[in-house]
Amino acid sequence: MTANGSDVSVIPHAAASSAHLEVEDVVSGYGQIMAIKGITLRVDTGEIVALIGANGAGKSTTLRTVSGLLRPRSGRITFEGQKLDSVAPHKIVARGISHVPEGRAIFSQLSVRENLEMGAFQRKDKGGIAEDMERVAVIFPRLRERMKQDGGTLSGGEQQMLAIGRALMARPRLLLLDEPSMGLSPVLVETIFNTIIDINRAGTTILLVEQNASMALQIASRGYVLESGTIAMEATAAELRASDRVRKTYLGES
Amino acid sequence: MEQWIQLTIDGITLGGVYACIALGYTLVYGVLRMINFAHGELFMMGAFAGVYTLQGFQDHTSLNEDLPSLTITAAIFMGIVVAVVLAVLMERIAYRPLRHAPRLAPLISAIGVSIFLRNVMLRYTNARREVYPDVFPDGSIEIGDVSVSYIKLFLIGMSILFMVGLYLFIQRTKTGTAIRAVAEDRDTAALMGIDVDRTIVLTFVAGAALAGATGVCYGMYVGNAAAGMGFIPGIKAFTAAVLGGIGSVPGAMLGGYFLGLSEAYTTKLFGAQYKDVVAFVLLVAVLIFRPWGFLGKREDRRA
Repeated sequence: MTANGSDVSVIPHAAASSAHLEVEDVVSGYGQIMAIKGITLRVDTGEIVALIGANGAGKSTTLRTVSGLLRPRSGRITFEGQKLDSVAPHKIVARGISHVPEGRAIFSQLSVRENLEMGAFQRKDKGGIAEDMERVAVIFPRLRERMKQDGGTLSGGEQQMLAIGRALMARPRLLLLDEPSMGLSPVLVETIFNTIIDINRAGTTILLVEQNASMALQIASRGYVLESGTIAMEATAAELRASDRVRKTYLGES
Repeated sequence: MEQWIQLTIDGITLGGVYACIALGYTLVYGVLRMINFAHGELFMMGAFAGVYTLQGFQDHTSLNEDLPSLTITAAIFMGIVVAVVLAVLMERIAYRPLRHAPRLAPLISAIGVSIFLRNVMLRYTNARREVYPDVFPDGSIEIGDVSVSYIKLFLIGMSILFMVGLYLFIQRTKTGTAIRAVAEDRDTAALMGIDVDRTIVLTFVAGAALAGATGVCYGMYVGNAAAGMGFIPGIKAFTAAVLGGIGSVPGAMLGGYFLGLSEAYTTKLFGAQYKDVVAFVLLVAVLIFRPWGFLGKREDRRA
């Protein structure tokens, strides 16, 4: 496996600023309803950062705003030092951010191979695309067997693998993951999280949204707790795991 | 027996035309969930582009006699160009500004575009038909007692060719795959790096190219072009698209042939005056009993 992305993200930008992604005081939402009300967060190069919180706290809205599906009402988003707000989503992909949306959102009527090809939509390097296709098949051997099947025929776990694999096809330097554990058995969650660690080690920075806070805080270096559209806590993952408030509310301990 | 074979051939001829137009409805519906009621006018404008091209050759050269394959190709090419340009303009001017409006708004806008184009051509032609120069070789082939004119064979062949071309474009090319991706989930397509607006325009272009090219071939078949000629085939093709399952590419083809054959047999069984009735009886029946059509998807996953 090649650590694509990493050569770009780790070296040149680290000198300018250690922050990969910076979200500053961003307000965003749907129509009149602002699901996030001024949040500030930072993801440094090479990190895994977890964003945890209850249903409706604004986690997905945050990711959708970063990837351009939602336009921030106010605030600033910068990636590798460049402004990102009000850039169209397909151009944000070109800048090096891939977003695996909630519920996987694979194209059910496209074959697995076509799904992966769409992930590489903006790339012209046929050789590189074939290489990455192979790399995804190595990471997720079950996808290799199903290349010609329609996406809709895959199981939930396979769909999650496809969604992540598809996002990797763009060679992102920052990967946004929305609830990768959703609806999966504990064994599959384990597999997916191990893969996330591998992807991160290969050089991709990760911003991870999870309701499964305990899993997320095991693999993240830092975390943010989102409550009703604002950042309630911000700390290292270890600190968050140790905090009473997080343990009671998000880790289900008494 | 010969008569039934003849009717079947007529049905396939007309069915191919319906199918080619129906594909444009179904493709645009796929990506926008909108019926482009001006689509039949693209077919009409294509027929005009073709007739004026051939008349131009007629007036200034002798190529229509010397090299009809060239002039016919040029006419089809012009039909495609005109329809595509108009489709890009109508998407940009009449539909895109209404992308986030209630679903009825673009529909009304489409009807407006349709009326506009029809009246522009009525005015331009003074409501007269433009006659296609006689470029296509007369004659027919005889199989037993059944005779099929060359022009009919040409129309059958071309419509199949156009459909196969479109099918390969949608299924095998990267742009075609992107169109299918946008049709299924626009937001996720954008997250793949697909320029959704551009893909929607390309969908219009693909449907328009097919309608324009078919318009020329159909014009040659009937021998003229007229401002009103897009209306009935447009509505029939819309019916065909709904029969097959709106949004489904194979459905549009199947629906087109089904409708063409139904009409042909109706002519024989009940008389020609019922030809148009059958199309709309079928439409109503499908809408009542199987609204998703022969091959369409049963549920609409988009809220």
